[in-house]
Amino acid sequence: MQVNLKIRRYNPEREDGVYWQTYSLDVPSQFTVLDALMKIREEIDGSLALRCSCRSAICGSCSMRVDGHAKLACKTKLNVLTEEGGEISVEPMGNLPVIKDLVTDMQPFWDKVRQVEPWLQAEGPAPEREYRVPNEAMVHLTDVMNCIMCGACVSDCTVLEAELKYGKPYDQTFIAPAALAKAYRFVADPRDDQQRERLKKLSEPSGVYDCTHCFECVEVCPKGVAPMDRILKMRELAVEAGITDKAGVRHAKAAEQSIKASGRNYELTFYPKSVGLFNVKELLPAMPTGLAFVRKAGTRFLLPHKAENVQKIQRVFKKVGKRNKENPNTEGQA
Amino acid sequence: MPQHDVVVVGAGLAGMRAALEALDQGVDVAIISKVHPVRSHSAAAQGGINAAMGQEEGDNWEVHAFDTVKGSDYLGDQDAIELLCQEAGEHIIEMEHMGVIFNRDEEGYLARRGFGGASYARTFFVADITGQAMLHVLYEQVLKHHQIKVYEEWFVTSLIMEDGRCAGVVALELLTGRLYPIRAKAVILATGGLGRVYEPSTNGLVCSGDGISLAYRAGAPVMDMEMVQYHPTTLKESGFLMSEAARGEGAYLTNSGGERFMQRYAPNKVELAARDVVSRAEQTEIDEGRGIDGCVLLDSRHLGKELIHSRLHQEYDIAMTYLGIDMVEQPVPVRPGVHYIMGGIKTDVDGAMNIAGLYAAGECACVSVHGGNRLGANSLLDTLVFGKRSGRHAADYAKSTPPAGESEAVITPDEGQIKALFERADNGERAPLLRTEMGRMMDEHVGIFREKKALAQAVDKLKEYRERFQRASLHDKGKVYNTDLMFVLEMGFLLDCADTIAASALAREESRGAHYRTDFPKRDDESWLKHTLCYYTPDGPRMDYLPVTITQWPPAERTY
Repeated sequence: MQVNLKIRRYNPEREDGVYWQTYSLDVPSQFTVLDALMKIREEIDGSLALRCSCRSAICGSCSMRVDGHAKLACKTKLNVLTEEGGEISVEPMGNLPVIKDLVTDMQPFWDKVRQVEPWLQAEGPAPEREYRVPNEAMVHLTDVMNCIMCGACVSDCTVLEAELKYGKPYDQTFIAPAALAKAYRFVADPRDDQQRERLKKLSEPSGVYDCTHCFECVEVCPKGVAPMDRILKMRELAVEAGITDKAGVRHAKAAEQSIKASGRNYELTFYPKSVGLFNVKELLPAMPTGLAFVRKAGTRFLLPHKAENVQKIQRVFKKVGKRNKENPNTEGQA
Repeated sequence: MPQHDVVVVGAGLAGMRAALEALDQGVDVAIISKVHPVRSHSAAAQGGINAAMGQEEGDNWEVHAFDTVKGSDYLGDQDAIELLCQEAGEHIIEMEHMGVIFNRDEEGYLARRGFGGASYARTFFVADITGQAMLHVLYEQVLKHHQIKVYEEWFVTSLIMEDGRCAGVVALELLTGRLYPIRAKAVILATGGLGRVYEPSTNGLVCSGDGISLAYRAGAPVMDMEMVQYHPTTLKESGFLMSEAARGEGAYLTNSGGERFMQRYAPNKVELAARDVVSRAEQTEIDEGRGIDGCVLLDSRHLGKELIHSRLHQEYDIAMTYLGIDMVEQPVPVRPGVHYIMGGIKTDVDGAMNIAGLYAAGECACVSVHGGNRLGANSLLDTLVFGKRSGRHAADYAKSTPPAGESEAVITPDEGQIKALFERADNGERAPLLRTEMGRMMDEHVGIFREKKALAQAVDKLKEYRERFQRASLHDKGKVYNTDLMFVLEMGFLLDCADTIAASALAREESRGAHYRTDFPKRDDESWLKHTLCYYTPDGPRMDYLPVTITQWPPAERTY
């Protein structure tokens, strides 16, 4: 098939900065984006830089944005993206500095992985043979160990994007989906004895409560790891473990109360309730953000009116609450 | 100038295991890898890792060792194989304690599956992502032991040789394009395989035989290089690996008539005969017109959806993504494809070789435990057992060795070579295209079935490629992240590897293991129960031979 690959190029050694270059190719229709990029690199333009190795979605090297979303180039077929003669845009992953063309600097990514202390921490002497654990626990963890650390979820994480866009105090401190999924791998491992300590740390700012449940990481993950689901599960586990005196928990509680009472998100109250009403140190720096909110949302933001169907919403709360009580193991959250 | 006691080249399973052990011995350790550790090709190992821990069923290390000796077609060194199998169990437990999430049985103990050429189910596994699961856990340990310095995305261009011993490496930092000497008292090569000599291959693009070539150029012999494993089940078109795990769980191989043809070739083990046997059988079926579009079929339908999704999900994904085939509903077209090199740098059981200060472990080394044919799930075991041993011995050696010299001039030859490449005008000769051409030629001439004329042609062809390689030019003349330059340097390594494969295959006039000569179809223990060795000379490999170590299993007829 005839296809045009529009690639975002950048070479720090050249003065032209970032530019887009389009390559027209005639390739078999079952070609992947990686096949096409390799063809360009081998036959047309050897200066095109990208990472790749296994070609079969195992090594995690070739994450990049294809038509605006993070994908593994080797797992993305051209004919799924476009028709004969169509154009496909290819650019490096987002939320990470670019080194050259499609190659990003992964150091911030690995730093966050390191931050969650991603190694098994078992107390006491190890058994002579293997740890005896249920197979279901290991199979459950396999879904998370499926993560190949490709960075797609980090590339398209909207929290990181916002942190990047609005700068300090949001200086990309969010531990982000990949590293949090990695943390879950240990939190949910019956052999690990640091579950509570881990959950405590992960409940701090930049941890599990910074996720805005936008589903982007679930959407783009090429291995079905569903980082967001792991993050939400860790919130649940943390609360179960009695780790409730955290801004994130108070924020969630404030939201719950607000919605229960009025059927609306009365956001103005969330932040003070999260950090504490008299926490001037935290509240002052947040004033500009608060004022920006007011400017944008106007009176709706200041004086939210009650939703008409608030009783219906309250019934939903009751129902879910009852269900969770009856069956505490369900994944459902209020 | 960076300086370490032990430098490990390569960060796959063997490399990281070696580094962790060397650190444990109390020396200063660094890892140099041209890719981030988790990108290493160990991640692609799917099926599992062997250890004879099912004593209650009658399995023990000696049965495992015999299976391995028989699998090797009696070319493996039996003293090394004994060690491999004796130490297997402790490595499984060690990895489990480190955090590997091995599948369990109903009682919560480690589960095992059957695998090719094995008398008992002794393959421990994590679904069909065993290599990945182990690689990530070793990387976790490297993160934990942050004293290990990792030179990530540094490409080793040559070994520093001084006074006849190895004293470090010269390496190119991909980010800046600068060459550095990295001094070390001992160097461990753990660079993996050379699958890219062939096209197609299950191996990742990084598997370019770097370490094999580096040692060979430095004067170390490479052994049994003709022993190239064709994996029986690689996917149609792309050539991606479809793990032996499927057959281990009970999948069938069928031909165009729907016949389970392996019943004819290996009545006892059927689909779970050794890989060389199955690959040859498949190729025979295909050549004799009982294939389907150049393939046979891997049929897993009777295993059921649940098992496929829980234990073979990666294979399921690969068939689905690249062929649009649902393994639960349809058989998958597969064919034999290049997968593994049994040969490699000749080492002893401690990873040492004929060059002081230089060690090798993993696929790039040849101890030899795989001989003429490696059994499935023995490669991961090999990486751990000999990775650890070489790490320990390299550390010991480093402790008793004075620091290496400090001359910066050691980078001059490599610098000159790269400068010449940059200055060479574009003349249309491109290393990546030359590699593909060479790969196809090797698959055709030095493939499953071999004979003298084609092998001699291969030797000549390789000379021609080498001449053309001298003209290969670069599109990218920049310093930063120049992968174009890396391909040229890798092509140089691949050519060395191909030379030794073709020369050894031409020399061995018998059929043994993966090496099948149509002009010498029988195994000939009288003349050929010996290893082939290749030494580097400017005119091509010089052949030599070495006896096979036999401890308790004299050669016998090999049937499955």
